[in-house]
Amino acid sequence: MDLAVVVVIQILYAVAGLALISIGLAIIFGMMGVINFAHGEFLMMGGYAFILSYNAGVNFWIAMLVVAPLAVAVIGVVVERLIIRHLYGRVIETVLATWGLSLFLIGLAATVLGYHQKGVTPPFGTIRIGAYQEGGYTFFVILVTLALMAALYVGFKYTRWGLIARGTMQNAQMASGIGVSVDRVYATTFGIGAALSGLAGAILAPIAGVLPEIGVTYVVKAFITVIGGGAVALAGTGAASFLFGAVSQAVTFLSRPVVGEVALLVVAIVLLRLLPLGITGRYFRRGL
Amino acid sequence: MTVKRRSFIKTSAAGAAALAAGPYFWPKGVSAADTVKGGAIYDLSGDLQLFGKNQWACAEMAIDEINAAGGVLGKKLEVKTYDSQSQMQAYNQYARQMVLRDRVAVVQGGLTSSSREVIRPILHKLKTLYFYNTNYEGGVCDRNFFATGATPGGYVDLLSGEAMKRWGKSVYIMAADYNYGQITAKWIQKAVKDAGGKVVGEEFFPLTVNQFGPTISKIQAAKPDFVMNVFVGPAHASFYGQWASAGMNKRIPMVSTTFGAAGEVVRMPPEIADGIMTCYSYYEDLDIPFNKKWLAEFRKRNGTDYGYLTDVPPKDWYGWIFWAKAVNEAGTTEREKVIEVLEGGLTVDGPGGPLTMDAKTHHCTMDMYIGQAKGGKFEIQKKVAQVPPTNTGNQCDLKARPDTNVMYEPKI
Repeated sequence: MDLAVVVVIQILYAVAGLALISIGLAIIFGMMGVINFAHGEFLMMGGYAFILSYNAGVNFWIAMLVVAPLAVAVIGVVVERLIIRHLYGRVIETVLATWGLSLFLIGLAATVLGYHQKGVTPPFGTIRIGAYQEGGYTFFVILVTLALMAALYVGFKYTRWGLIARGTMQNAQMASGIGVSVDRVYATTFGIGAALSGLAGAILAPIAGVLPEIGVTYVVKAFITVIGGGAVALAGTGAASFLFGAVSQAVTFLSRPVVGEVALLVVAIVLLRLLPLGITGRYFRRGL
Repeated sequence: MTVKRRSFIKTSAAGAAALAAGPYFWPKGVSAADTVKGGAIYDLSGDLQLFGKNQWACAEMAIDEINAAGGVLGKKLEVKTYDSQSQMQAYNQYARQMVLRDRVAVVQGGLTSSSREVIRPILHKLKTLYFYNTNYEGGVCDRNFFATGATPGGYVDLLSGEAMKRWGKSVYIMAADYNYGQITAKWIQKAVKDAGGKVVGEEFFPLTVNQFGPTISKIQAAKPDFVMNVFVGPAHASFYGQWASAGMNKRIPMVSTTFGAAGEVVRMPPEIADGIMTCYSYYEDLDIPFNKKWLAEFRKRNGTDYGYLTDVPPKDWYGWIFWAKAVNEAGTTEREKVIEVLEGGLTVDGPGGPLTMDAKTHHCTMDMYIGQAKGGKFEIQKKVAQVPPTNTGNQCDLKARPDTNVMYEPKI
């Protein structure tokens, strides 16, 4: 019985983890059609912003939940203004440019920040479940991901800004014709995507550590999740995270980690064979 | 290799323009005839730069020391350094370049086993001595190849033995899912069984896995006396935070063959790192006069942003000193003569204690230490003097069979 509870918690945690690392990428891809290869490095920079500001004396939660997303949002807007905006609609060029950006950011972090920045201990202690014990931080990650998704849903669905953003993504020319500053909406959306990535990087920093190359360990799974989810950012990420996270984690429990990884890829391949446009290419098409 | 002076001058003149355009040129302004050339290849940029930079810092210090003490054969030792950018194809290209264009007498460097296996056959074929100065899975048996690093045949026994003495006989193994992890796990299995212990679980992790929740739960169910890990890379480093978050670092002791090699002890807060036990041939905290002087010099040259040195980087210092000493004793850079001297039980004293080259295996006998992470560094708790290299399971005998060129795996 206690094992069943642990398995369920671990599966929820895997789902939340995937959603968390993917949501920033999904918003940038889903709403703007931009494939951001430097996504992993946005996560990495969020991690650094968190541990550097925390070690400089900023309060733990402010450093994680405010400083990290803000810092990466600023970087994201700068990147959008300097690089991305020249490349809208040119997918291949964007991939190349952001891949170069990714290499640049890794090199920059390695040179400027180095490998020996002191990390942060996960807070909250542990919770006992029968013969097992689980980190309190696991529950925090699950809850904060849920809250984040809910906040995004409300933001895009019920605010004036969300309406403008969705309108611009659907038809930029029309939006421009009725007086929306398309440039500004793009920059803001990219900034929000970057902020979410920064936040994810900061949340995962206490349990994953922060290294210049840490982004590489996230980026493949984030891409699989986003492509599997399809063009509808929130619903797609949610559904794909649920499918991939649950399958890989359950299989890992039943057999071995390598089989879990393989299972994730097999499910992704089968999924894309059946639904080439991702889950939201057929289901939840009217979602967010 | 034989360096003929005439051809040497000719080729270096011809290659001078290309040389200057190379990625590193070290040092400048000495005419070729007055120098002896060596080649170094390290991962100075890219994913492995964390290791490569430290290795080169130690190698560079050795080279400067050699030159300050009169050089090699009375000439200046001139080392050309190549940055592999952590790319295997660069190893391939630069290894050939070092021999065919730069005409070096020795090549040292490389970190990963894959990089070693790219350049080792090339250097074997081109008859140029190769020193590989890294803690690796062991087993290479090649007359042209010399290893100064520790191998699991030496330290796994000590580490698992010490852990079993302290905490009990049941072990859970977690290892990286590739050559180094698989082979080291075999050594652990063997060491534990030989000592009357029991392996209650064994799991392998692809280098991309960074979620350890299911395994942590499995370990909680298996209740081993301690866990022994062979982790590699940034994704696996995520394990320690998750282990501590689940409170496991206070319940089940952790032993590692790799922890601390990538600066973990500086990067991870003591709440996560403290108590992890390791076994290396070098720690900064070794209380040896040689080390005090050596480390002070290292810090003077490089500052403190090189983290906390453990096993690997100082071995590149040993490697260069070994070769220079052998050449000076042989009175020539000729490969055969240098090998003879190295096989004659050559010993080099250094920061981790004396290393002696083993004639049969071309690996080193060295002092090993048990160190436990504590407060951002390692507390040295035990010394085992002069551990012989048993990493080929006594299958390798280059004295009796000099033509051997294989990589042995432990027979278990």
